[in-house]
Amino acid sequence: MKKLLARTSASLVALAAASAFSAPPKEAVTDGVVKIGVLTDMSGVYSALGGKGTQVAVEMAIKDFGGSVLGKPIQVVGADHQNKADIASAKAREWFDTEKVDMITGLLNTGCALAVQKLGGDKKRVVMVTGAASTDLTNSACTPYSVHYVYDTYALGKVTGQAVVQGGGKNWFFITADYAFGQSLEANTTKFVVKGGGKAVGSVRHPLSTADFSSYLLQAQNSGAQIIGLANAGADTINAIKQAREFGIGQKGQKLVGLLIFDTDIKALGLNVAQGMQFTSGFYWDRDNGTREFSKRFFAIHKAMPTMDQAGAYSATMNYLKAIKAAGTDDPDAVMAKLKSMNIADFFAVNGKIRADGRMVHDMYLMEVKKPAESKGEWDLLKIVKTVPGDEAYQPLSESTCPLVKK
Amino acid sequence: MNRLAWILLLAAGLAAPFAVYPVFMMKLLCFALFALAFNLLLGYTGLLSFGHAAFFGGAAYVTGHLVKHAGLTPELGILSGTLFAAALGWVVGSLAIRRQGIYFAMVTLALAQIVYFLALKLPFTGGEDGLQGIPRGFLFGVIDLQRHYAVAGKSLGLNLYYFVFALFCLGFWIVHRTIHSPFGQVLKAIRENEARALSLGYRVERFKLIAFVISSALAGMAGATKSIVFQLASLTDVSWHTSGEVVLMTLLGGVGTVLGPVAGAFTVVTLQSELSFVGPWITVIIGGIFVVCVLVFRRGFVGELGRILKRAL
Repeated sequence: MKKLLARTSASLVALAAASAFSAPPKEAVTDGVVKIGVLTDMSGVYSALGGKGTQVAVEMAIKDFGGSVLGKPIQVVGADHQNKADIASAKAREWFDTEKVDMITGLLNTGCALAVQKLGGDKKRVVMVTGAASTDLTNSACTPYSVHYVYDTYALGKVTGQAVVQGGGKNWFFITADYAFGQSLEANTTKFVVKGGGKAVGSVRHPLSTADFSSYLLQAQNSGAQIIGLANAGADTINAIKQAREFGIGQKGQKLVGLLIFDTDIKALGLNVAQGMQFTSGFYWDRDNGTREFSKRFFAIHKAMPTMDQAGAYSATMNYLKAIKAAGTDDPDAVMAKLKSMNIADFFAVNGKIRADGRMVHDMYLMEVKKPAESKGEWDLLKIVKTVPGDEAYQPLSESTCPLVKK
Repeated sequence: MNRLAWILLLAAGLAAPFAVYPVFMMKLLCFALFALAFNLLLGYTGLLSFGHAAFFGGAAYVTGHLVKHAGLTPELGILSGTLFAAALGWVVGSLAIRRQGIYFAMVTLALAQIVYFLALKLPFTGGEDGLQGIPRGFLFGVIDLQRHYAVAGKSLGLNLYYFVFALFCLGFWIVHRTIHSPFGQVLKAIRENEARALSLGYRVERFKLIAFVISSALAGMAGATKSIVFQLASLTDVSWHTSGEVVLMTLLGGVGTVLGPVAGAFTVVTLQSELSFVGPWITVIIGGIFVVCVLVFRRGFVGELGRILKRAL
């Protein structure tokens, strides 16, 4: 065994010496293919609002772009991040290291998005987050290669919070998903509730993907708050709203406000349950002709109307490819420079602009769920109450703590 | 095993990063070390701990925090993580070895769940997000573990790989030495017949506790290394799934064999990675494989192979 150890160390030293002669590689301009990775929740609480549909949207974007850029084919790979940061970061690392993936989009969970965005920063690869919401992504965690595309907790909290407070909902109690996203959403909403003259009387935290909300709802009910703010998403929000009805919340003057709601959630809840609820969204399929045209094509493939995450993934992919074409290279620095200088104008974003901190600023919409009588079709779920210009909805660049912002 | 076989295995380990994606290889090594540590307890002492993730993940968090915020070099970080796991192992072990069988397993599980809860709630762990962005840093302050080398058109992080491989070899050597020492003989005696070992005058409780501490320290070393490799310590590392997985790895590979846990860990981790496209069905598939293995190879892959070759592997 001693001999063995001696040999091990000898060969290790020899190998280290041998490898020291080869210099680290210089990244090639392009490795013959532009590859886009869709890393999203394919099986968990958020799979309905992203999942396969996000991959469908990215594939549509590639097809619409023509399947190739600068004469090189465009490919797509997909994987399930299972809402676990370790799985997301391991998959992204493998994609960057061995599969030549140039850009990752999707990322439905803030923990996953933070991990992958950090990795993208280290490895100089573009990460376009369409799913996750936390403002950390464009503040302390920002990188030169990250774009936060669709929405964030600041915009959600500000638009919804202000609207509800103006409508008289001054006392808030929060039911919050216990991770960065939920905390960030709660904090941002509280800020605007307080600014508007309201106050937060309490909050309770629940773990991600909770089935039983009864104890949280009872606490909320007993708090005496007028508004119960749900700082969670996906199946968690659906469960909370459904169970709240069983406790009679919403009938005795208390009102539920979902801070992050997707079309698919409303579909799952049904208009009977959800009617009258207001929330903020970055996209609605039935807004104008452009959104309807895209959404109907999407529906033909996926059998559901696109959520803002899915539509955002289409738009992000499309604009990424446009930037490659305009820059004449898929070099991440050049592509990011192009992305940040060009206007984002398509069916998804009317007046879009990617700022220095990676925030894609575009118009946000205050939505209201239709009454069953108002709905003319299966997917006729929402109406737009108010369009909030991007500059009003999003955190001003001057407040961003992103080190890339020059002050 | 003869010397030639060991040398071949060592050579395979040294050459592996050129054939297999190095990060994946490092993940295999971390879990193999974890399973080796676990096997020392289950296979050679006869104690089924159902809370080994607490040591694996606990050390990952401690290492991650110290490397990230106290600026420790990776080897000192891993050493601290290992020491933390040993200390935790001493506490858990002292309580758990007072009971036997299922009660022992339940005490370890309960204490591991406390560690899980702490990992979820303590501010420095990042809760659901995990402790992210742990720097790989410079080994001994000089060797850059982030550095990649261009070999045959691929960019390989060889510095880190050989560091991890060296740690694995160290862990393997410790386990091997422990098993083949007089101390290991006593452990086996306890496994076979605790009352007889006691009547021979061995202080059984003390032997069990030492074995528990060694096992948890090595499990901690595996977790600490993993946190440097993946630059992340997350709740998965401390969850009871991980405790269950290591049992599975050990049983599949062959409980009470030296190489069994390594083979088992390689099998389970490779299956998880290759079959990741089936999503949640993965647990069903691995469960099915496990049932077949238990029915067909009672001794695990390596155990059965050893029976055919008529030697202890």
